[in-house]
Amino acid sequence: MTDFPFLLLMIAVPAIGAAVVAALPKGRDLLAKQVSLGISLVVLLLAVLATAAFDVGGDRFQLGMAVPWIPDFGVQFALGVDGIALVMLLLIGVLVPVVVGASWRDELPGGRSMTAYFAWLLLLEAFMVGVFAATDVFLFYVFFEAMLVPMYFIIGSFGGPRRQYAAVKFFLYSLVGGLIMLAAVIGLYVVSNSQLGEGTFAFDALRGLEIDPGVQKLLFLGFFIAFAIKAPLVPFHTWLPDSGSEAPIGGAVLLVGVLDKVGTFGFLRYCLPLFPDASRYFAPFVLVLAVAGILYAALLAMGQSDMKRLVAYTSISHFGFIALGIFAFTTEAGTGAVLYMVNHGIATGLLFLVVGMLIARGGSRQIGDYGGVAAKAPLLAGAFLLAGLASLALPGTNSFVSEFLVLIGSFPTRPVFTILATAGIILAALYILLMYQRTMHGPARGVLLADDVEPPAPAGHGATATLTAPKRSLRVLDLDRRELAIVAPLVALIIVLGVYPQPLLNLIEPAVAATMSDLGGSD
Amino acid sequence: MIEAPDLSLAALAPLLFVFGAACVGVLIEAFWPRDSRHPVQVAVALVGTLGGLVCTLLLAGRGEVTAAGALAVDGAALFLQATIAGLGALALLLFAERALDPARSAFVTSAAVPAGSPRDRELATSERVQTEVYPLATFAIGGMMLFVASNDLLIMFVALEVLSLPLYLISGLARRRRLLSQEAAVKYFLLGAFASAFFLYGLALVYGATGSVRLRDIREANLAEGTDLLLVLGLALLVVGLLFKASVAPFHTWTPDVYQGAPTPVTAFMAACTKVAAFGAILRLLYVAFGTAEWTWRPLIYGVAIVSMVVGAVLGLTQTDLKRMLAYSSIAHAGFLLTGVLGLGAGGEGSGLAATMFYLLAYGITTIGVFAVLTLVRDGDGEASHLSQWAGLAARSPLTAAVMGLFLLALAGIPLTAGFTGKFAVFRAAIEQGAWPLVLVALLASAVAAFFYLRVIVLMYFSPPAADGPTVGVPGLPTTIVLAVTATATLALGVLPGSVLDLAERAAKFVG
Repeated sequence: MTDFPFLLLMIAVPAIGAAVVAALPKGRDLLAKQVSLGISLVVLLLAVLATAAFDVGGDRFQLGMAVPWIPDFGVQFALGVDGIALVMLLLIGVLVPVVVGASWRDELPGGRSMTAYFAWLLLLEAFMVGVFAATDVFLFYVFFEAMLVPMYFIIGSFGGPRRQYAAVKFFLYSLVGGLIMLAAVIGLYVVSNSQLGEGTFAFDALRGLEIDPGVQKLLFLGFFIAFAIKAPLVPFHTWLPDSGSEAPIGGAVLLVGVLDKVGTFGFLRYCLPLFPDASRYFAPFVLVLAVAGILYAALLAMGQSDMKRLVAYTSISHFGFIALGIFAFTTEAGTGAVLYMVNHGIATGLLFLVVGMLIARGGSRQIGDYGGVAAKAPLLAGAFLLAGLASLALPGTNSFVSEFLVLIGSFPTRPVFTILATAGIILAALYILLMYQRTMHGPARGVLLADDVEPPAPAGHGATATLTAPKRSLRVLDLDRRELAIVAPLVALIIVLGVYPQPLLNLIEPAVAATMSDLGGSD
Repeated sequence: MIEAPDLSLAALAPLLFVFGAACVGVLIEAFWPRDSRHPVQVAVALVGTLGGLVCTLLLAGRGEVTAAGALAVDGAALFLQATIAGLGALALLLFAERALDPARSAFVTSAAVPAGSPRDRELATSERVQTEVYPLATFAIGGMMLFVASNDLLIMFVALEVLSLPLYLISGLARRRRLLSQEAAVKYFLLGAFASAFFLYGLALVYGATGSVRLRDIREANLAEGTDLLLVLGLALLVVGLLFKASVAPFHTWTPDVYQGAPTPVTAFMAACTKVAAFGAILRLLYVAFGTAEWTWRPLIYGVAIVSMVVGAVLGLTQTDLKRMLAYSSIAHAGFLLTGVLGLGAGGEGSGLAATMFYLLAYGITTIGVFAVLTLVRDGDGEASHLSQWAGLAARSPLTAAVMGLFLLALAGIPLTAGFTGKFAVFRAAIEQGAWPLVLVALLASAVAAFFYLRVIVLMYFSPPAADGPTVGVPGLPTTIVLAVTATATLALGVLPGSVLDLAERAAKFVG
């Protein structure tokens, strides 16, 4: 069973699906959606089966394959996953069908066709799987850059009013980071050429290199800047609020849920094992950026009036926690950080989706345009509250486990940074609860108010009716069955992983421990 | 008694084929009835170039010096000759397109008629076709193929003139915007003449220093006596002449005007084939004649590469005309190519030659493709090359926009396209020789250049269509073939470049 090419199929199936969807004739939007949903569910199934085939106590990289790709460059098409990559593949598997469902009713002005959107989504899925599954640095780089193209089109063609600006900013930031990394990738190749006698990009071979500390620092910076832009860490973060707020909801979920995790994944997979000395040297600087990001982005989040921007800023704050966990150099904190990557994808994904559902009803992204929605749409409010609580890491939700692991894991080695980071938790409670309270509770107000033609609402809704002007009340529908179907799996995951995270931890921990031993000497 | 020089006809077959076709073309122009001349000329030119291409492929693996040491038929020459012949055939197909322009050809019927005169207005709508472009272009292709194989500075100069003179002429043959086209031709001719003079003066100095024009003898003189001032000066002047042809900043000032003014198929031809030929000559001159004295040319090329990349990328940002923008892009790409040229080690090792040759092939294919797309988008006044006219093109013509998007991403060097493979190859070659500061500059320039390629994609895809926008013509068979071949090759060289890279690697040998 382990010889079954799970990873190759997880790349090939959505890539072929993207071509099929793109080739559908115009006006077959429904068929495009159905095909996309079907294909994304197949990928989810493959991810689950791959997890079942993964031997937790076995080799570090499993389900692998390698064929020569560009022999002149020493490049192999080499795939394989450790526990860290595997949980990210599971996250992709879960999020993409959800995103397809969430985009089901999206419409473009002028009735333009949405088929291209679903084609780009599937292509993005193929590249995202590739980026986590690659065990050849060149292949990783190819997926890392190629991933930009579908996301660029998703933001630019289907986003909000400032989509052109956001799309170009997103592309250029990532491209600059990527090009700096390209220099480091070539540098790594040259080092391998001189030490092994044959240039290679294979991760396992590169891990064995003894790189001169000075060179290590340069190469580390090349990789680090690319990943720090991607993750994003303060001060490389300014593209994310624009992209996150202008992207269509589905795109935003994948952007912060998965794409940005490539940055933190890259820290763990490439920066630490390949450049251990440089990682230790630069760790204090990275930690300063991480903690500054936690606090600064949280403060900015509190000041936002646009809900999508607010969620984007909360993500920057959370990425600070993940970076803290990674650069604390303990297995416990590292495991927490990886779990955090998954949990953040689920919790923030849900938060983005719920915010998107609210925006779909009111047509405005401003917090001030909503009020008292909970009275008319309790399910929507409930999902909003749960997503918010998971985002601020309330015990019982999934994020609590990971945040707690990061903090207790980091405290022994980095007490000062950890204590400062803890303040971020309090700020998180503030920004989430303020947004929830303003939009869902209080007097009914804003864009959803409509003139009453009927007599005032019956007794069950009396509380709201008495607070509003006599002739106006909220017109808002609660979640319909499609929306419930989208929200339900994420809600279930938030609670299940909050109570019983052990299976994921079992997958993650050995891989993190191996990474930390590459680093040489940890807890 | 005078001995005839040794002449290996087999090794010269590609050149003979192309020049033969050009001569036949001239005869057809004189004797064939006008009504059916066009298809015959197209056929002869294509047979010539494709025949040349096949001959180079059959000769693969050869390495000999022939024609009394004046020509080197080696791997590098054959690879570049094949590239020129193939790209030239594609460009000729663009010349032959008759479905797009209402008057059925991109070329003016009679170039000597003053622009704007009553006769000119009459001819503008006449359906008579100009067929002299085919032998002229075939001569240029032959000159380019001779250029990359010349093992002797005199032959190199002759080839330079053979390739340049027809180009000056056909740049002035645009059917529309004739003044712009004629201005381009005059500018190109005057500046080209300067460059030729530089080259000739450099040649004289080198001859004075070494007593020979043969590249091998120059190399030996270098080794024996060390490099003297006269030789260095001569080298500098020779390189200036070649850099002009390769449109490397600061010798680039003709490029935007000529690219804009020339008929678009000719621009495609110049941008792709001339660049290959010029870099072929630069590589041969530097590697064969001056490879041992690399300290003399390395700093020069290093500096010029930086200037070219920066000028191309930064000035490209400010352009509002697509053809001018692509001209600056070609200047930036010339800088990237020079980065590859620097990938030669002191002992002659390094992958610079193979990398540069691959880059030339990839860049040539993509460039022909991008100009082919440009010929499709038209308004009442010919091609709509102003950027604003491209707004919302994707909504109107998704396929054209998608193909254009692919070429632009390739020019920007996004992975899985030919452009990325080429960039990776030249950057690797340069870093291997320790030129990493240059590569950093190149990477930054790539990022800047990416912005203006992206701007076109933004316009095509993310902007609402302009009210009275251009129409997208339905291409005839020739342009369709060109688009299909270039788009496929651009993707193929990005996804599975292994075999072509391998070919370039094996061909990367100079004899002589």
